Amino acid sequence: MSVELKDGDRPVILRGVRTHFDKVRNVWLLLAPERALKLDDVGRAILDEVDGMRTFGEITAILAEKYDAPLDRISGDARTYLSGLMARRMVEAR
Amino acid sequence: MSAPRPNPPMAMLAELTHRCPLACPYCSNPLELERKERELTTDEWKDIFSQAAEMGVLHVHFSGGEPASRRDLEEMVAHARDVGLYTNLITSGIGLNKRRLDALNECGLDHVQLSLQGVDSEMADWVGGYKGGFDRKMQVAEWIGEIGFPLTLNAVMHKKNFDRLDETIAIALDMGARRLEVATVQFHGWAAKNRAALMPTREQAKQARLTVNEARKRLEGVLVIDYVPADHHSDYPKPCMGGWASTGINIAPDGAVLPCHAAHTIKSLKFDKAHEKPLKEIWYDSDAFNAFRGFEWMQEPCRSCELKTKDFGGCRCQAMAIAGDAAATDPVCIKSPLHDELVRQAEADSEADADLVYRVMPT
Ligand code: SF4
Ligand code: SF4
Repeated sequence: MSVELKDGDRPVILRGVRTHFDKVRNVWLLLAPERALKLDDVGRAILDEVDGMRTFGEITAILAEKYDAPLDRISGDARTYLSGLMARRMVEAR
Repeated sequence: MSAPRPNPPMAMLAELTHRCPLACPYCSNPLELERKERELTTDEWKDIFSQAAEMGVLHVHFSGGEPASRRDLEEMVAHARDVGLYTNLITSGIGLNKRRLDALNECGLDHVQLSLQGVDSEMADWVGGYKGGFDRKMQVAEWIGEIGFPLTLNAVMHKKNFDRLDETIAIALDMGARRLEVATVQFHGWAAKNRAALMPTREQAKQARLTVNEARKRLEGVLVIDYVPADHHSDYPKPCMGGWASTGINIAPDGAVLPCHAAHTIKSLKFDKAHEKPLKEIWYDSDAFNAFRGFEWMQEPCRSCELKTKDFGGCRCQAMAIAGDAAATDPVCIKSPLHDELVRQAEADSEADADLVYRVMPT
């Protein structure tokens, strides 16, 4: 088994995983079972578009437009990022 | 030169009670279990959770004993969630029913960690010392799945069950768990009475590592496996809790604030009570929390060892238990003068054949 994210897949942030602004440390975090991952601007921008309805292709198109960046680069970055979270069971592709 | 200010704690282990219907021989609770009368009240706990959130704690782990033994569990979870904490329930499942799980769901409980005492009723009911426990747990797991709580299955591994690791992994998959913790027994609390019954063999520890690595590959994207290896068969200690009083804060049922759940074994330290002093003060300024922070307290061979910034000299409670000195090098370390003796003892215990000594509540 390995994680795979196709353009037509719909990524969802799984239950029990949520973004959280940490007032004490002044950072955005992704809270998950037993884990707290620091979210940088890129990670946050990607996760902001993951709503469980949009496909991966739609998400990357939105990001490319919003940040005025080449689609293939955005796709590559977002795929690496989200498959990393899939391997950690924080995101699932449906 | 004054020491740098410690970082705020990331996680809190809230040991609501020592009461538990089970009697696991590897229970990490202390030998002197607290009675119900000495437990903190609902309001005292709520105030602790508010303070914790304020200080920067992110996760609170409701634990025990069996946290479901407290009838006010739901109220406390709701409060912890309200003040912004990530709430995790660490349970054997015994004491929960569908109604209580639904209530916890409404309170916003984020995650459930279910313990597994064995892979079938014969094994599990024997290890947990509770007849019918396995069947009940399986029922609870089903309800957890129906509600949709994210689930971690926690399996304490030891001599008597290491050979059934494959079945343990299969149960985690059946339950739909997202995570599995394969935790080799740690010999604190009641477990220390069961060394000869539970110490895994070197061969078992080696095999477990292979099984885990294979399963991780096979189940990538399906099941995350966290593995806590047998440190009595290692050459270097684990960086216990990321260093003394660096990341976690532990509240015992009577309100004692500890840097880890075994710290009460270090009798030279005096631990403050959470309902008597602000948590912040205890974390940053108490002698007990500052006792083993930084590197000043270290003895040789740790003091001049370059690995000290990685493992912090290992576990203070293990140093206490085996070397009789909480500031000594963790005897698991190959550089400790006690290492050979520790290995010899571990090997003798792993080959011994002893009955389980169950945990018992004071009468
Ligand atoms: S280890 Fe066993 S006896 Fe101890 S609290 Fe957990 S379920 Fe209860
Ligand atoms: S001597 Fe101390 S610091 Fe060095 S590896 Fe051993 S325990 Fe760690």
